[in-house]
Amino acid sequence: MAQDVMIVTEIWNKEFRKISLEAVCQGRRLADELGSSLTAVVLGACVEPQAKSLAQYGADTVILADDPGLATFHPCEYENVVTGIVKDKKPGIVIFGATRQGRELSACVAARLDAGLAVECSGFAMEEDRLVATRSMYGGKVIATVDIEGDIQMASIRPNVFEITKAKGAGNLESIAVNLGEVNVTLIEEKIEISAKAELTEADYIVSGGRGMESEDFTVLEELAQALGGAVGASRNAVDLGWRPQSEQVGQTGKVVSPKLYIACGISGAMQHVAGMSTSDVIVGINNDPDALIFRSSDYCIVGDLFEIVPAITAELKK
Amino acid sequence: MDIIVLMKQVPDTEAPVEIAESRDRLDTEDLKWTINPYDEFALEEALLIKEDREEVTVTVLSVGPDRVSEAIRVAYAMGVDNAIHVNDEYDDEQFGAADAYTTSKIIARVLEETPHDLIIAGNRGVDDDNYQVPAFIAKMRNLPMINLVTRQKIEGNEIICDQAIDGGTAVVKAALPALITAQKGLNQPRYPAFRAIMKAKKQKMDTKALEEIGFDLNDIGISGAKVKIRTLEFPVERSEGKRIEGGSPAQKAAELVRLLKEEASVI
Repeated sequence: MAQDVMIVTEIWNKEFRKISLEAVCQGRRLADELGSSLTAVVLGACVEPQAKSLAQYGADTVILADDPGLATFHPCEYENVVTGIVKDKKPGIVIFGATRQGRELSACVAARLDAGLAVECSGFAMEEDRLVATRSMYGGKVIATVDIEGDIQMASIRPNVFEITKAKGAGNLESIAVNLGEVNVTLIEEKIEISAKAELTEADYIVSGGRGMESEDFTVLEELAQALGGAVGASRNAVDLGWRPQSEQVGQTGKVVSPKLYIACGISGAMQHVAGMSTSDVIVGINNDPDALIFRSSDYCIVGDLFEIVPAITAELKK
Repeated sequence: MDIIVLMKQVPDTEAPVEIAESRDRLDTEDLKWTINPYDEFALEEALLIKEDREEVTVTVLSVGPDRVSEAIRVAYAMGVDNAIHVNDEYDDEQFGAADAYTTSKIIARVLEETPHDLIIAGNRGVDDDNYQVPAFIAKMRNLPMINLVTRQKIEGNEIICDQAIDGGTAVVKAALPALITAQKGLNQPRYPAFRAIMKAKKQKMDTKALEEIGFDLNDIGISGAKVKIRTLEFPVERSEGKRIEGGSPAQKAAELVRLLKEEASVI
């Protein structure tokens, strides 16, 4: 019998993360190939309407774990609930998004179930009803094709790789009784600022700055990012100098991103940086050094003063 | 109080990597190695706790081939008290492509016999990008895990941590023994002086062979791995495209926007 496919989704600020929809759609494709059914798992508090919406992305069944204790990501509770659901439903394939939550949750659940887990996947193939994954390693410098052993094959996907396509699923909603289980880490306080800014890895447009920004004033980049409806990123140099937060760092020691458009401003183009953004659809390099390494991986190159060029691009877009 | 720091030696992120002829691993011959940057934060934090409290012993634990001894020397020069090196040098076929699961199994076994009140690891390794070893070890040893720690304080038998979460910070606590993972921002790792590294050559490290810690070699390494690499390849290499030359900044900007719309169709 063909093994079912299960997607563990993630809700952020009352909406599914884009990567969760990407995962559900990819899950639909895999289930179709296997001739099996697709189950999406939704955890949260008062998220039934969201859960129901997954039918339009092809979910046959939506398992809803709705409980005040699951309102935000609490690793132990989430791990207990997801482990319970996987044990109960026995899917052959379980897929997460490779987000901060998905990385920790997938690792903990894999450990509990003794399952193989391939993370940061950018492609899947089915061979004799087994999932074969391609995943990035060394911050994107190398792509590995891997076999995942065990009865339950687990994987997480990279953002902005898999397409979102509408599909019709039955979307049978199955609400489960939630048992948060044993917890060995206690939350004292949570300070969350829901920002209007797009999560870097999910952004379609990224404007990044490096040492050439000369200071922590990234206003010109923020204005361009805003005009594009995108996010601001930074090179390791800019983060190490304390100009930008770690959450904005692009590269092998930061985030690996694949937007439609990546604009690198005043970034030299060190290998570890390029590794983290080379899967972008289009790369624009802006640098005052005509020999800057960044140009070697840029589709469009502008030699010049970024403080003149970037505002001019923003102005052009607003025309 | 016994602190164990999990350390991995990784290829320098600034250097290019080559794929070995067997295609399932890197060619390590000409690689430059360094301590995983997130493990440097872990080491530093352990040393800061040691400086702050009485009777703290810091032990660094690393799994890997002979070359790992260089990284351990740096850790000694930074100030750790002891080192345990599980050496898997003798069989590259079997251990060149070990995965997060088998590595965690080895570390969990060593921890069975090594006293520990606190384990500090980097939150990720910047080589395999698996994001799994700390969680696997925490589950295998039934320890509470606090991931992505940016600040910690030990009070009595508890550790209280600031943890990076999406959009902010959480303050959480757990009873010791516990495992925490270091996130950038936790501290500024010290750079040991060259002389200290030379002096560290004299420090003895506890080098264990895999059989010594009671493993059937078939259970670990590639044959025990749950994620097995078939092939490695390089992503499609990008090359330089068009230079937008001449004219004023406004003209260059207009030409770029035109190309992005009409040629690349991304905006």
